[in-house]
Amino acid sequence: MNLFEFPLNISNILRKKKSIKKNLLNNRKFIEKNIAILGGSTTSEIKYILELFLLNNGIQPSFYESGYNKYYEDAVFENEELKKFNPDIIYIHTTNKNILKFPDFNDDINDIKILLKNEINRYETIWNSLSAYDCAIIQNNFDYCHDRSLGNIDSYDIHGKTYFINKLNKAFSTRARELNNLYINDINYLSSYLGLKYWFDKSLWCQAKYALSMDSIPELAFNISKIINSILGKSKKCLVLDLDNTCWGGVIGDDGLEGIQIGTETAVSEAHTLFQKYVKELRDRGIIIAICSKNNYGTAKKGFDHPESILNFSDFSVFKANWNPKHNNIEEIAKEINIGIDSLVFIDDSPMEREIVSSQIPGVSVPDIGDDIATYIDHIDKNGYFEANLLSKDDLKRNRFYDDNKKRLDEKAKFQSYDDFLVSLEMIAEIKPFSPIYLDRITQLINKTNQFNLTTKRYTAGEIKRISLSEKHIKLYGKLFDKYGDNGLVAISIGEIKAKTCYINLWVMSCRVIKRNMEFAMFDEFVNACKHHNISEIIAYYYKSSKNEMVSNLYKDFGFTIVEQNNGNTIWKLDVSDYKNTNSIIEVKNG
Amino acid sequence: MDRDKLFDSVQEIFRDIFDEENLIIQEKTNSDSIEEWDSLNHINLVSAIEKEFKIKFALGELMALRDVGSMIDLMIEKLNKI
Repeated sequence: MNLFEFPLNISNILRKKKSIKKNLLNNRKFIEKNIAILGGSTTSEIKYILELFLLNNGIQPSFYESGYNKYYEDAVFENEELKKFNPDIIYIHTTNKNILKFPDFNDDINDIKILLKNEINRYETIWNSLSAYDCAIIQNNFDYCHDRSLGNIDSYDIHGKTYFINKLNKAFSTRARELNNLYINDINYLSSYLGLKYWFDKSLWCQAKYALSMDSIPELAFNISKIINSILGKSKKCLVLDLDNTCWGGVIGDDGLEGIQIGTETAVSEAHTLFQKYVKELRDRGIIIAICSKNNYGTAKKGFDHPESILNFSDFSVFKANWNPKHNNIEEIAKEINIGIDSLVFIDDSPMEREIVSSQIPGVSVPDIGDDIATYIDHIDKNGYFEANLLSKDDLKRNRFYDDNKKRLDEKAKFQSYDDFLVSLEMIAEIKPFSPIYLDRITQLINKTNQFNLTTKRYTAGEIKRISLSEKHIKLYGKLFDKYGDNGLVAISIGEIKAKTCYINLWVMSCRVIKRNMEFAMFDEFVNACKHHNISEIIAYYYKSSKNEMVSNLYKDFGFTIVEQNNGNTIWKLDVSDYKNTNSIIEVKNG
Repeated sequence: MDRDKLFDSVQEIFRDIFDEENLIIQEKTNSDSIEEWDSLNHINLVSAIEKEFKIKFALGELMALRDVGSMIDLMIEKLNKI
């Protein structure tokens, strides 16, 4: 049983944290991140437990911790130490205990408006001042107060604390939509979910100024780690489901279409319907869903013809129903969708199948969902596998992209040569310098692309904004359209200009458009831009990662020559005057 | 509850919290005898004990808890009331 999965074994984590940490440090490779914690109450245990969750996710944090309740001072005033620390992420741990002034009973509505404004301005000042660090800011919203002397009217009387907190939280939400480096750690939800009675411990507050109970700390850390995962592009992308007793009750091969339980007839069918609705929601917001089931294909497919079924056969990007071992099927699913194996979550009611899959392919997340269908959703939802940090238009369209890809694959079979097929797609690309409306998508794509990524360099929203305005950079995005539809913004390249040389620091492309010649169209435009800037030489890098083998020779294909080689990492050089365009298939229209 | 048994279970908790497998505690062990026993670890100790034995210490009681013996005495008192 994974210690860091829902439901958390709280007492074990708290009690054995030191030996847990030692074990975590033993066994894997980490990416390093600098995380600053600015606290409005005691944070030492939060820091310790958060470290465990991050280590478990392959992130090794270095911490900066503000002095007790010095979150405001540390953020707003000149802070050499924090500057030197160079944070990748700043977490602001404030709670209702940090609200400076709640309304007095004789305040009128205008007084209260001023109080609200003061409170919000204080955070505006913090965020504004922290924006100088160009990093992600994770900000708690407010939990409700444990006590409410007004009783129930506390939530609607203008003097109520609950009322006041709701107003503040609403203002935080609005700002989080506007500021692209601000992420809300929703402790209002978390404390409600856990129960305020459990969330806040008066005794612990009085003794040690922890604004939450000891038992809530792992839950808080878990929640923060989910946000950090999403910021670093570590969220999962695809949900793989078993069929019998997972998507519906019963075994379709034995019970037949009429015999399976889905709908509202029985408690079991109701629970499976709720499960399907949840999965449908994930799909509609861009999570890819797939089936992996031991069944005859025809029989399995029929299950979704059931009149009460919420999911349709066409909702699934890959549908593996056969008698092969599930781990083989899952590997094929990852290959067909073209995503890394560690982007998959597998849900199966059979402990044996779960065991085989998790032992054969350790990268896949296989939660121990138990045997109660009523709680399956929790094991997906509360583990935060699919935590999103923004819902882009591309996310909402993603499943369409993959569906369109299936049509493209069907076509592929009909052509004599692959080039014939590509020509038949009637592809048109738009390749231009970064523009403001695309910056969110650009940051998102950079930070979540692992395979077609030459340097795996990550950028914050702030850095991307700066680069977009810089004269010293060549920064191109590429969008690709074809006769089946719009593939969206799928390619990004960033080069830094120094004198007559351009250094390519970043080259990424979405796996959605691999083998479509888009990289060549991008590079032609990149060279054009270089010529425009009077650049004579381009230097490019390939930094080997566990996932980007597919592009190890990309620069060779572009016509570069290798100048340095070290542990699989390579440096390449190209003389601009030698370059001849390599794309003749995609039409580039930048009008 | 048998005092020796209780003592052993508390020792286990100490070993976990301070991550020292062979840590031996005595009646007189206090925050001076264990270097890492600071106020924050004290909180961790107390909450682990509360959890393990399903008891709750009142605020005033905690102030008095400065060596292992007095801690065990108080625990026995509480456990007898359950």
